[in-house]
Amino acid sequence: MTDLSKIRNFSIVAHIDHGKSTLADRLIQETGTVAGRDMKAQLLDSMDIERERGITIKANTVRIDYKADDGENYVLNLIDTPGHVDFAYEVSRSMRAVEGSLLVVDSSQGVEAQTLANVYHAMEADHEIVPVLNKIDLPASDCDRVAEQIEDVIGIEATGAIQVSAKTGQGIHQTLEAIVNELPAPTGTRDAPLKAMLVDSWYDSYLGVIVLVRIIDGELKKGMRVKFMSNDTLHSVDRIGVFRPEMETIDVLGPGEMGFLTASIKQVRDTRVGDTITNDRNGTETALDGFKPAQPVVFCGLFPVDSAEFEDLRDAIDKLALNDASFTFEMETSAALGFGFRCGFLGLLHLEVVRDRIEREYNIELITTAPSVVYHVFMRDGTMVELHNPADMPDLTHVDHLEEPRIKATILVPDEYLGDVLKLCQDRRGLQEDLTYAGSRAMAVYDLPLNEVVFDFYDRLKSVTKGYASFDYQMTGYREDNLVKMSILVNDEPVDALSMMVHRDRADARGRAMVEKLKDLIPRHMFKIPIQAAIGGKVIARETLSALRKDVTAKCYGGDASRKRKLLDKQKKGKKKMRQFGKVDIPQEAFISALKMDS
Amino acid sequence: MDDWRNGGFGLYVHWPFCQAKCPYCDFNSHVTSKIDQKEWVKAYLSELKRHSELVPNRVLNAIFFGGGTPSLMLPETVAAVIEEARQIWPFANDIEITLEANPGSVEAGRFAGYRDVGVNRISMGIQALNDEDLRRLGRIHTVAEAQAAFDVARNCFDRVSFDLIYARQGQTLADWQDELNRALSMAIDHLSLYQLTIEEGTAFGDRYARGKLRNLPTDDTAADMYQATQDICENHGMPAYEVSNHARIGAESRHNLIYWRYGDYVGIGPGAHGRLSLNGGRFATESIRAPGAWLKAVSKGSGDCVNSRLTAEEFSAEHLMMGMRLVEGIDMARFQQLAGHPLPQDKICDLIQLGMVSRSGSILQATDQGRAVLNAVLRELLAD
Repeated sequence: MTDLSKIRNFSIVAHIDHGKSTLADRLIQETGTVAGRDMKAQLLDSMDIERERGITIKANTVRIDYKADDGENYVLNLIDTPGHVDFAYEVSRSMRAVEGSLLVVDSSQGVEAQTLANVYHAMEADHEIVPVLNKIDLPASDCDRVAEQIEDVIGIEATGAIQVSAKTGQGIHQTLEAIVNELPAPTGTRDAPLKAMLVDSWYDSYLGVIVLVRIIDGELKKGMRVKFMSNDTLHSVDRIGVFRPEMETIDVLGPGEMGFLTASIKQVRDTRVGDTITNDRNGTETALDGFKPAQPVVFCGLFPVDSAEFEDLRDAIDKLALNDASFTFEMETSAALGFGFRCGFLGLLHLEVVRDRIEREYNIELITTAPSVVYHVFMRDGTMVELHNPADMPDLTHVDHLEEPRIKATILVPDEYLGDVLKLCQDRRGLQEDLTYAGSRAMAVYDLPLNEVVFDFYDRLKSVTKGYASFDYQMTGYREDNLVKMSILVNDEPVDALSMMVHRDRADARGRAMVEKLKDLIPRHMFKIPIQAAIGGKVIARETLSALRKDVTAKCYGGDASRKRKLLDKQKKGKKKMRQFGKVDIPQEAFISALKMDS
Repeated sequence: MDDWRNGGFGLYVHWPFCQAKCPYCDFNSHVTSKIDQKEWVKAYLSELKRHSELVPNRVLNAIFFGGGTPSLMLPETVAAVIEEARQIWPFANDIEITLEANPGSVEAGRFAGYRDVGVNRISMGIQALNDEDLRRLGRIHTVAEAQAAFDVARNCFDRVSFDLIYARQGQTLADWQDELNRALSMAIDHLSLYQLTIEEGTAFGDRYARGKLRNLPTDDTAADMYQATQDICENHGMPAYEVSNHARIGAESRHNLIYWRYGDYVGIGPGAHGRLSLNGGRFATESIRAPGAWLKAVSKGSGDCVNSRLTAEEFSAEHLMMGMRLVEGIDMARFQQLAGHPLPQDKICDLIQLGMVSRSGSILQATDQGRAVLNAVLRELLAD
């Protein structure tokens, strides 16, 4: 157990690629927490996908022992939080578990949208914030300019910001000293009943659910019986410990400390993030405020390419859900795609991560249908229905009006690209709320419909700004608008997986773009195929894919038989991978590509 | 009856050398200056002997000397192969012995020699009746030379065929119609008319991949050219009997019919393929492609690098794929016999409705329209 005054709990706030994980690696290395030979890049990012994409999805902690210049030994607990907007909720709750933050800004880039979003979470959690200017080894580094920008945009003192190169190790020692000297020690009472915050949890196939905790008051010991206050469940603590960053069991965790417990818990769903853990008898009276569970905002269908793999997909989804309480799913049947699941995600990145994990870890090829947001459909009888899938849109005669979710989007962009960004936002039905300048960068704040953003907004933004824009958003609520369901008919048959909700004013243009795109995506068949977009019974756009007229091998003699047979076999397999609609084969990539808007 | 008898029995001899490599050609051909033809004779005879033990006692319907450029073979070389084959397999009375020839003046000088040793049909790679296009196709002859060689050939042989390639760079439908009419005025009894195909691993393939092969006709123009080809040839009494082959009635290539009717054929020479019915199964053979390596392997006993027994699914698919190329079509009862299951009737009905195939008794034929998109038709028939 460590004396409260010798503990510092902190997180690192940064925009993606500003060097958060590298800085964490250096802090761990500098203090000798991990032997040099065990050091690998991005030590805290344990999942393949996290490491590969350079992003953090789950919260991780690491306990660092540090002998400071004042001769005292300190325990530093770093909580590594996800940086991406999809996981904003996890960020804010992880922040509540610590007292301070390092604000890391790339000194060659400056403040970005994610920096802002995350630093606001830190401020809301009353953190002491220590600014760190990273990547000072880069030729483009400009510490004075960036320090000024931090003061202007964020409003915190940055003249004495620590200058660091996580790459070369310069400034790491000063960073450690700043953590000890500038961040506050936690407070708490050892003699009080146990009060611990459940910060995060995940499933481990050997140990069951691992619960990440922050002790507020009292002590947590191995063998104790504890109560999870939100659902009044009792558990016997099998094991407690800390991460260094490998798991290390210890006997007791005291106030101000962070660590983990296991208690033979089977499912992540049984552990509510933000819950208060206390003694089963004579526990604390007052629970912590707790957190509301994260709500999925983006929905899409996941279908196996090979319909025989449906059961495998079910297993994979069940297993993933064990570890990810924010991911929801229910079975879905599509006329086009057969059996699959309608899944809810915190955002597009979350969607991609889950999809990638299913494809990679479970080796199931997937068709992903168009992402959709949750609409509120108000019926004439006064009831409200949540619409997760455009295919389920109720009969219009019963519908009074629809509301769609809106977001507040913050975009930081170099001046020269501002025009393109404003046009993009306008094209996506955005309403400008604010436009200010910070140095040579403009900050645009827009009120946008979420459904205009979920699909390819971020890709478009990156492409019109050559990657120089940064973007973050938060949900703001629902608003009524003139929304309709657009269906796509291929060879006169509706393709449910391609139906989508659109604003009426945009429907004609969107419909035209869709059918033109599909005309290119669907291979020619032996007959001509009409491709139509329709609202209700009214066709708003139509293209005709002309019939295939020439597809034959010119020369095929004795020496060609083997090769041509194999080629035909390959084509046959390719055909099997397509989805059949009546007599039309639609390649699976069409389901996603058709929805990408080029402008 | 053995199934192969539906197609007959042939011998293919591959001569792998050319004077120059054409940029569209993906056949196994090599350019070299020193060739010891005696050594090649020895190797061919050795391969023939090896096959005589595998498939003895058969009547030989056809021999085909292909390449490469077989008109670079000395008549003595051709003679030795024909004689050895005759010793092994009794020749059918109407045996067809074809040799592919380059339409140059040098080759024309050897035509009489080939005729004297038993060759009775010449197939000439004229390719275009336009000097500019011949040059672009990398051919080393001119139209005038080709016509001269063709005249020599028709004086030596009753049966002469020649090849043309259409849908060439910059070619219009009218250009092709005009060229085809001129070709038909020269033609004796057989024409092979191929749409230019850009094959991977050829000079054209590389150029195409780099976007440097410009002005190729669109698919629709190529389809129009194909249809015009069918109509014009038909009107000249040379109807199509296969996707790319046209002949007067009775003048079809007997050797090539063995492939399309899925008979048996022995293939010898570098890269040559064979299909042989042995021990109740159907075997695919393939020889080593590189000429030097093939010679060496033959001297050690066998030039084969592949000799595998085909599955029922494989040989029935080959039968369908080859047979549907023919205007005469296939016998569905034979397919069922080979595959162990019938062709999918629902698919056949759909294809009939689309006008792609027609059915009469147990005979299934592709229509003109269906032959133009035969790959798509086959994908339907073979699906699942």
